[in-house]
Amino acid sequence: MNKKLQALMGAGALALSVMTMSAAQAADTIKVGVLHSLSGTMAISETTLKDTVLMLVDDLNKNGGLLGKQVEAVVVDPASDWPLFAEKARELIEKDKVDVVFGCWTSVSRKSVLPVFEELNSMLFYPVQYEGEESSRNVFYTGAAPNQQAIPAVDYLMSEDGGSAERIVLLGTDYVYPRTTNKILRSYLNGKGISDEDIMENYTPFGHSDWQSIVADVKAFASAGKKTAVVSTINGDANVPFYKELANQGIKAEDIPVVAFSVGEEELAGIDTKPLVGHLAAWNYFQSVESDANTAFIEKWHAFIGDDARVTNDPMEATYIGFNMWKQAVEQAGTTDVDAVRQAMYGQEVANLTGGMAVMNTNHHLSKPVLIGEVQDDGQFDTVWETEGTVVGDAWSDFLPESAKLTADWTYPWVCGNCEKPMY
Amino acid sequence: MRNDMFSVLRRSPFSITQTRRFAVRICGMVACLMMFAVVSPNVAQAFSDEELRNIAEQLNDKSSTKQVAIIEEMAADGDPRVAPILKAMLEGDLYVRDSDEHVVIATKKGKVYTHIDIISGEEAGESSSKELDKIKVNNRLRGALRDALATLNLFSPDHAVRTAAVEQIMDARDPAMLPLLLRAIEREDDETLLARMNLARATMALAAGENAEERLAAIDVLASETTPQIRAVLSQFVASAEAEGIEPEVVTAAQDALDDVEGRLSNWQTLGDVYRGISLGSVLLLAAVGLAITFGVMGVINMAHGEMIMIGAYTTFVVQQILSSVLPSGSPWSLIIAVPAAFLVAGMIGVVIERCVIRFLYGRPLETLLATWGVSLVLQQATRTIFGATNQQVTAPDFMSGAIEFSTGLVLTYNRLWIILFSLIVVAGIACVLRYTAFGLQMRAVTQNRRMAGSVGIRTGYVDALTFGLGSGIAGIAGVALSQISNVSPNLGQTYIIDSFMVVVFGGVGNLWGTVLGAFSLGIVNKFLEPFAGAVLAKIFVLIALILFIQKRPKGLFALKGRAVEA
Repeated sequence: MNKKLQALMGAGALALSVMTMSAAQAADTIKVGVLHSLSGTMAISETTLKDTVLMLVDDLNKNGGLLGKQVEAVVVDPASDWPLFAEKARELIEKDKVDVVFGCWTSVSRKSVLPVFEELNSMLFYPVQYEGEESSRNVFYTGAAPNQQAIPAVDYLMSEDGGSAERIVLLGTDYVYPRTTNKILRSYLNGKGISDEDIMENYTPFGHSDWQSIVADVKAFASAGKKTAVVSTINGDANVPFYKELANQGIKAEDIPVVAFSVGEEELAGIDTKPLVGHLAAWNYFQSVESDANTAFIEKWHAFIGDDARVTNDPMEATYIGFNMWKQAVEQAGTTDVDAVRQAMYGQEVANLTGGMAVMNTNHHLSKPVLIGEVQDDGQFDTVWETEGTVVGDAWSDFLPESAKLTADWTYPWVCGNCEKPMY
Repeated sequence: MRNDMFSVLRRSPFSITQTRRFAVRICGMVACLMMFAVVSPNVAQAFSDEELRNIAEQLNDKSSTKQVAIIEEMAADGDPRVAPILKAMLEGDLYVRDSDEHVVIATKKGKVYTHIDIISGEEAGESSSKELDKIKVNNRLRGALRDALATLNLFSPDHAVRTAAVEQIMDARDPAMLPLLLRAIEREDDETLLARMNLARATMALAAGENAEERLAAIDVLASETTPQIRAVLSQFVASAEAEGIEPEVVTAAQDALDDVEGRLSNWQTLGDVYRGISLGSVLLLAAVGLAITFGVMGVINMAHGEMIMIGAYTTFVVQQILSSVLPSGSPWSLIIAVPAAFLVAGMIGVVIERCVIRFLYGRPLETLLATWGVSLVLQQATRTIFGATNQQVTAPDFMSGAIEFSTGLVLTYNRLWIILFSLIVVAGIACVLRYTAFGLQMRAVTQNRRMAGSVGIRTGYVDALTFGLGSGIAGIAGVALSQISNVSPNLGQTYIIDSFMVVVFGGVGNLWGTVLGAFSLGIVNKFLEPFAGAVLAKIFVLIALILFIQKRPKGLFALKGRAVEA
């Protein structure tokens, strides 16, 4: 009798819990936060990434959702205002209770949200190429680290095919990404036998529009007889007047090639590229790369955005890889719990749109191929060089003495983003 | 270039293939010789048809080292048929046809590619892009192609082509080009071009010279000119002289020549800085002159001024879009039509803002500041909603592309030159309106003494609205010009608002000439500081200097005198 009662009660409790669970499930969705500026200076670049996440969510829901639940995107607008990024991130995590956030573009915005994600133990996917020197337990970096973009690009410039450059001009916007990248590049170039007097470094404010003097200076610097190339970390809007000035002053790519790290298909959309043919960009993805996955992605994008003229670019691919990795990790972990998903992320593989597999490493950076492309007259890039296989993203540059000794590895026994020896 | 050559060949009764076929005929030979005397350094073609086709097919090699070797081999003998092929390759028009693996030049029209045979220069079928594989070029190949073409073009009948070829050779300074250059010097009869060729020869002779006399002669020729290339040649020579055991007197002569050239170049550099300062000044002037009216004359702290510029730029974009079906791109008309259009659109929006917001806030500067700041955000986001966050492309008309290049390295870009001119025209226009029209008179009357003006029957409210409209409309016109050098994006205005205020405050509130002088002096100071301090620090220095200046003279360069000031 007692046993019967117990069994009955047990069954009742089970039924009850199953009922509440299914009720909860029906009401519950998996929430994905989108933290990209939709207004202000960065809107030009970040709006596209917001649309990319929405497209991926839409696609996922059409194919049955995730863990049997629908996925819901929560979009906020941090308005290119760096402190607002932190506020909005907190709002997403605490108020909207999102399970993961896709967002940020500039390094300042990432540095601004970092403490929030660490304090609340949430998860951020950061889809843009950046200066490295960072590995947070709560961030997955799906864009390129310097060794996946800057170093191969400079190697190419110094190679015979790239024009055997012996003098390098480092032009950048004045903030953390260009300054750190150029610090790494300077030390790398010094190691390659290019002395400081053959390196010119110049920084301009965000949105700089009068490039006459700087372009004239570059021309004068290049007239010293040694083959000169420009490495540009100029960010955002300032690129358009810069390239216009290059074209107007008649600087041809075969005389002074410019390789850019922040200029993609989207940025070229506002420029007449005929005078710029031959200038270069280093990325992990170009829209022009021919592969079935890429064609399908471009078609899906055009259908979603309703405009066949819209281009795709590298940060979009990084968003695509990050989103799919997160999806796979959630499926594997069977939950959206941050700690469980993080463990499942390591070693996760997603096919690149350009071919090969992107792998998430334990330093929270990807292994990806590096491509160098030349600007074509239709605003696209033509790949002129690519790495054999993939390059492992390096959080701490080997070319800065103080960071060369640091290791980022979030698995046992290291469990650390910036340590000289393992924690355990 | 390709067309020139083919047309020369076609005009002759003997095409190249025919020439070979009838080579035995003496009259044919004579005609041929006469023709090629103009076109080619060698009398006959260096390659047979078959050889040329074979060697051209090797251009499609995987290794660019091999490709460069092929290009040099093709150009070495000065065969006139090589130039069109290399030129097509340089421009990305050289393809391998799938059907017969032949190399063809293809030009695109819509989706159809028309093939041109590389030997005969005649049309050889057409196809879609699928049947053609482009022979890819990178920067190394482009350089090699340009050098190769330059050596071929030295013998072109076209004076301009020869000039360009000599400049290219001077840039390349490849001793391998010397034999062809010497041959070209023998043939050249144009004085100025001959001087350039001799200069080019001297740049090569300095390093390749056999003895001290030859080198000294070369240095003599070089010292008479002022170009950055010559500075490079001389400094390279001086730097490596010791290692190569060059005579000391030659090194001293070279060093003296180098100092001379550098001295002259630095004068040109200063001239360049002044020009760039004036150019920046003209941009500042354009941006600020509208504000000189709304802020300077009316005293409205108009934070939405930048957005009026942005609206002008977007009007230019819309006008260009509308006219693009009628006018070819590069036509100047769309810009000319955009000027009144931008004035009207921005002016009308200005009148609406004045009537709806600002007129309630006269005499309350802080509230005006906040209200117009809000208006500026509304306008920005509205633009973003209508046109999207991405930049819009405003095409530059042909007369605004390119530059006047001096051999001394000074480059005056046409777009900047036109903007300097345009800014002066705009200022002159405003000065005339203020000075000579009834509206200008009323406007001045209202600013000087509002109550008195009202008493004599001027509708002050009406004049206020029109004045604000005028200021906004002029900002719109500035937007047309700035669309040529800046991004047409919703943020365009923000870039200029601070600078505009700086100019107006520096020049003296309420004074048009102060604005003009303020703009140009700020521009020039900025450009002189930039090479030493960098763009960021230069701006900071200018700002600090301005603050100090305002402490000394609170009313700017030209203080307005009279009752309005006390009121």
